[in-house]
This record gives sequence, structure tokens and C-alpha cells, in this order.
Amino acid sequence: MKASPAYRVFRVVALVVVVLSLVTPLLWMIAASFKTNVDIYDTGKALVFSPTLDNYATVLKQSHYVSFIGNSLWVAFAATVLSLILGVPAAYSMSRFNMKKSALVVLMARVIPGVSLLVPWYYVFSNLQLVGGFTVLILSHMFVSLPLIVYIMMGFFDGLPEELEEAALVDGLTHIGAFRRITLPLSVPGIATAGILSFIFSWNNFMFALVLSGADTKTLPVAIFDFVGYASIDWGGLMAAATVVTLPIMVIALFVQKYVVSGLTAGATKG
Amino acid sequence: MATVTTPRRAPGGAGVMPDTPGWARWANDHRKWLFAAPAMAFVAALIVIPLGWTAWLSLTDAEGSVRAESEFVGFRNYLDVLSDTDRFWPAVGRTAAFTVVALLFEVVLGMAVALLLWRPFKGQKWVRVAILMPLVATPVAVGMMWRLIFDPNIGLANQVLGWVGIGPQPWLAGQHSALPTTIFIDVWQWTPMVVLILLAGLTSLSEEPQEAARIDGASSWQRFRHVTLPLVMPTVIVAILLRGIDALKTFDILYATKGRGGGSFHEVETLNVYAYGLSFDYNEYGVSSTVLILFFLIIIGSMWALTARRKEAKR
Repeated sequence: MKASPAYRVFRVVALVVVVLSLVTPLLWMIAASFKTNVDIYDTGKALVFSPTLDNYATVLKQSHYVSFIGNSLWVAFAATVLSLILGVPAAYSMSRFNMKKSALVVLMARVIPGVSLLVPWYYVFSNLQLVGGFTVLILSHMFVSLPLIVYIMMGFFDGLPEELEEAALVDGLTHIGAFRRITLPLSVPGIATAGILSFIFSWNNFMFALVLSGADTKTLPVAIFDFVGYASIDWGGLMAAATVVTLPIMVIALFVQKYVVSGLTAGATKG
Repeated sequence: MATVTTPRRAPGGAGVMPDTPGWARWANDHRKWLFAAPAMAFVAALIVIPLGWTAWLSLTDAEGSVRAESEFVGFRNYLDVLSDTDRFWPAVGRTAAFTVVALLFEVVLGMAVALLLWRPFKGQKWVRVAILMPLVATPVAVGMMWRLIFDPNIGLANQVLGWVGIGPQPWLAGQHSALPTTIFIDVWQWTPMVVLILLAGLTSLSEEPQEAARIDGASSWQRFRHVTLPLVMPTVIVAILLRGIDALKTFDILYATKGRGGGSFHEVETLNVYAYGLSFDYNEYGVSSTVLILFFLIIIGSMWALTARRKEAKR
């Protein structure tokens, strides 16, 4: 059935409003990152201004931002890989052996407020002289990544027919062999989904790094605060710093849209 | 592909060859826990035990340095916190207000946008891209971005209000407007999440009930109210559950826009911000643990209530 013409006009208008209200603020941030502070203060130059790269020069030169980019990449990458190594087999067991209670324990981690773990972590790790190092930072980010990966992969394995593995057993593979040679290769889309989401969430994570990172291990979301002073804010630098954090992740999401969406909506329509 | 004639497991495990080494046999027989144990050990070491420790700390007077001695004080912290009408109860109120109002907007707007996107149309791909962007943006950066837009003097928000003849608003800087403004930011960033979940739910619905209602002459509102909404209700509750948990725990945008303690008048100090400040600005570990345990109980309680609702809705 065709929608009525009036509805179609309404829908186009509504969708334009939706898209504009979601995208304009982001474009505004990116535009401000190319403005001098004088232009940012001049409301007459909201849209027409002569772009400058000075803010990016400030960000990249003055504040070790390049090494913070490296820190963010390393922490997100390590937390994701380690969580996949722990999480994928666990999710497989929990799915195939229907381990509901164990799954619930892992998924509880999505519910617990991060601060309630930060206090004991801080106690233990500062006594071990580990606060400020990468180890603690990566472990703390795994707290976010692991439950996410287990959750997504359990849903994925639930949907993967067991017959394929049984056929492999008949052909002489062990259960573990069947998992390694049949199930894992078939799970690549699921692993990609879980990995990408875990990377994004770790990259965006702020609270753990705020407490557990040191001057050398700072990640980007914490480093942004260098541009917020007590008395004044370097708006141009701040917007450039914010853009450097956010833009790469948005561009990546653009290319792997399908995976991001399936990860974010995993398990939403069943159970 | 497997056939119906697949032989059942022989004793000792199907597929295990006679020349399989002993350790491989053992691994094969114990694979259930071999696979699950490392992740469970991680969860136990970094989540279950620390949570238990937090519960213990909440019964002590731990403060100052992490190496300082602390004494067991029983439920004194709980009595202190629960009778604290200065910081604790206002923080509970703000947390509840933030979560309920943000969720309300996110679910209503999310449903509206999901319905707009439900039927395929040209250019849908680009709308979906736009919807994804706020979701994946770094919350701290989003907070900074809105700080500039809502700046009372140079921000875009007051400029736009000026065009339609409304005077400048204090937004984040106002004692009473700060919390609503942070709710707005949360709604901007997370409504897309609700849209995606509801869209997945709507797409999985079968066409037949819709068709039947149309043939019976139901208007589009009637179809939504009496056919679509009841069918998609379980997904709505999942969306509320997932978003609600995260909304209760909101920290990044509050800290990015108002800094420590939720601003000079604690305008946006929710339980999470309050507990963070107690722990890491004031090093009041005992009291902060008490707040955290109470906060945790509130979260579990609301989840339990919602899950019960969901079971009802599925019936």
C-alpha cells in the first residue's frame, strides 16, 4: 500500500528535522575547531569564516596529544583483543551448555556502576604501585569489553546451528577441533561486531582513565580536559581536541555501520 | 551438512580418534569449563571480589590514604548517609529525575523516529548514518561540544533563540537550568540508541496483524495503539532497561559540562557523580562505598521491577 501524499511530505520534513538536529551540533564542533578564538567569539562569523589549522597545531604540538592518541589506541586494542580471547570461548560454552547462571554473573558487570569497582581497584593497584601504568588501564577497560563481547557472542552462537559441529564430529574432529575449525571461522561476522563495539566503548571510556591513568598513560577523553582552565577556556583548542577524539571513531563507524548496528541491538528482539 | 543418520555419541566422545593424546581427551571432556573458566576467573577477580570489598568498606571508617588503617563501624555510615538531606537525598532525587525524564523523551522520540524509518524509502541509508553519529561520538567530547553551543555569551543556542525573539538563557550555567540542559544532551546522544533497538523490534514484526487491522478499517493511530505497540512492547521494555541502566550511571557528560561535584551548587550531582567525588576528590572511601552500595541496590531494584513488567508484557 502507498502512503498518502500528505504523509509522505510530513515524513520528508520530519526526517530532515531529525537529521539536522543530530548532525548540526557535530558540524558546529568541527567548524569551531577550524576557527580562531576571535572568530568563535564573533557570532557574525558563525558560518562564514576563514578556516585555520592553528588549533590543530596547538593540540598536536603543545600537549603530547600524539602520544595520547597512541595510548588510546593501545588500551582499546589490548582490552579488545584480550576480552575476545577470554570472551569468545566463554560465550560459546555458555551458549552450548546453556550456562544461564554463569552468563548472568558476567552480564551483571553491565549493571554495576564503575565507581563501585574503582575504589577497591584503586586500593589494590596503588598498593601494588600499578596505578598510572597500562596494565591497570587495560584491565579496567576489559570490565566494559568482556561483558559486551560475551553478550553479543552468546546471541551469535545461539543462532549458529549445532548440526554443523555434529557433522564435523562425524568426520573425526574432536569437539575442540570442531570449535576451532568450523565454529570460529563461521563466527567472523559476530567477532567483528563484538570487537568493533568493544573498541568503540573502550576508546570512548572516560571514568577509568580519569582515576587510573598517569601523566604518560593518559587517554584522549582525559586529555581533552587540558584545554579547560579554571579561568578561561581555549575554545578553538578544545574543539580541535574533541574533534580529534570523536571524528576517527565516527568515520570508522561509517564504514562498519552494519556491524555497529547489529552489536548495539544484539539480543533486543529475542528472549 | 549433517544428515539424519548422524551416529550418536559413542562412549569416550564422538570423533575422538584412538590416537588422540591424553591431554587432548581431557581437554575435550572438560571443554565446558575450560572455555568458560578464564572469563569467569577474570569476572570473579575484578568484579565480584571488589564488589564484596566495597560492601566491606561501607562498614568501615576508611578515609584519607589507601594505606591508612580503618576500623569496623557497623552500619554507622548507612545511618549517616540515609539521614543526609544535604547531599545524598538531593543526589537521589537528581538521579531519579535525570533518568525518568531522559528515558521518557528518549522512548517517545525514539518510537516516533523508528516509525518514520520503519518503511523503506530512498535515502534511508543516509538517515541511518546520521542516527549512528551521536551514538558513537565520545561522550566527553559531546559534553564539550554542547558546552560551546550552550555558552550564554557566544553559543549557538542563544543565537538561534535570538532569531526567534527569545532572550538569552543561562543553560548549563544556571542553577535551575543546568540539570534540564544535561538531560537534553543525554536525549540528543542516546535517543538514536532507542531508535535502533525499536527499529530492530519493528522490523521483526510479522505483516499479517497490520494487514488484518487495515482491512478492518483501523486508522493509522488505531493500528499503532492496538496492534503495533502491544506487539513491540517487549522490545520497548528492553530499550528502557538498557538505556535506563546507563542513564542511572551517567557520568561523562555531567563531569564534562559541570566538572567536579556537579557544579558549584551541585546542580547536576547525581549519585554516580557524588560517589565519585567522595572517593577521589575527598578520599572518603567508607562513606562513598556506602553510597555506592545503596546506589547499586537502587539499580538492581529498578531492573527487577522492569523485568517483571517485561514478563507481563510478553504474556
